[in-house]
Amino acid sequence: MENVVPFKIQIISILATLGFMYFIVRQIIRGKLREEYSIVWFACTIVLLVFSFWRKGLEQISQALGVFYPPSLLFLLAIGAIVIFLVHLSIVNSKLQSQIKDLSHEVAFLKEKQQKVITNE
Amino acid sequence: MTKQRAKILVIIPCFNEEASIKQLVGDIQNVKKQYDLPIDILVVNDCSKDNTLEVVKSLDCLCLDLPVNLGIGGGMQSGYKYAFRNGYEYAVQMDGDGQHPAIELPKLLKEALLEQSDVIIGSRFLEGKGFQSSFFRRLGINYFKWLNRILIGRTIHDSTSGFRVFNHKTLEIVNQYYPDEYPEPEAIVLFGLRNLKMKEIPVEMCERQGGVSSIHSLRAVYYMLKVTLGIIFVYIRIKGKWKT
Repeated sequence: MENVVPFKIQIISILATLGFMYFIVRQIIRGKLREEYSIVWFACTIVLLVFSFWRKGLEQISQALGVFYPPSLLFLLAIGAIVIFLVHLSIVNSKLQSQIKDLSHEVAFLKEKQQKVITNE
Repeated sequence: MTKQRAKILVIIPCFNEEASIKQLVGDIQNVKKQYDLPIDILVVNDCSKDNTLEVVKSLDCLCLDLPVNLGIGGGMQSGYKYAFRNGYEYAVQMDGDGQHPAIELPKLLKEALLEQSDVIIGSRFLEGKGFQSSFFRRLGINYFKWLNRILIGRTIHDSTSGFRVFNHKTLEIVNQYYPDEYPEPEAIVLFGLRNLKMKEIPVEMCERQGGVSSIHSLRAVYYMLKVTLGIIFVYIRIKGKWKT
């Protein structure tokens, strides 16, 4: 009956995961988070949810992969996901920086043109 | 106003140069009159925190006022874009801190007008006169010289020199891409790979009149690293014909 009666930690993790998902959804609704960046967070939440319900799962997968200590598999996956996401953010940042540069150039040109119009009037 | 359309744009990137900019623009105006050169002067104010903008507006020159601080590369590129879009045939880069004396300008322009080279670089090391920079700077400059020789097979003695003349062909290239930070050495490799003809002309440089150098102490390490990476990747990008 071990799998039917939820442990405290199981309830906590399920609630925390759902809370996190609610937070992400709210941010999207308010327009503070773009959908494309939310995909990775939804994916993480779903993975967390799956393992919250299926507690034996992590152990089974670890065993299948020959990982001696199951939580270390979790850490490995989490760190991998974080690294990928950080690289993604750096790419987004670089793109933004180059767009800002182009925009600043255009603004400077417009300002210069406007100044010329003012002085000619 | 019926004046001959200026063919040459002198671009002066400025960041907190209120102390030296007035003198420099005045010097260039004098040289322009003296040699009857078709020059327009464009000062690029890269979000100076001092009174540079007010000083520049009171002077007889064009002014680009960048809304955010872009650094020397982004600032220079705005000037090059301006030159390219407005049909200037040549663009000159001169530092706003008074390191590049206006009196040397005709020398570079004369070479450019011969139309035998695409990029003219004012070099302080060819004759060894004037301000020669500090030991560590020269060490860095020698390193870039070596890197250039390996990558593009050409010897440029002063690849950090920001005293340059570009012709229209070069402007077309920098209109599309110009490195952001510390652009000078990387630009040389870019030009070499694009098969532009570069020529160095000996000039005398002065020690800066005002302002603060953008490169000091710990920044020097970052500078070398950043520029080396920039050079390597611009090389790979163009040699490998990778789409950007």
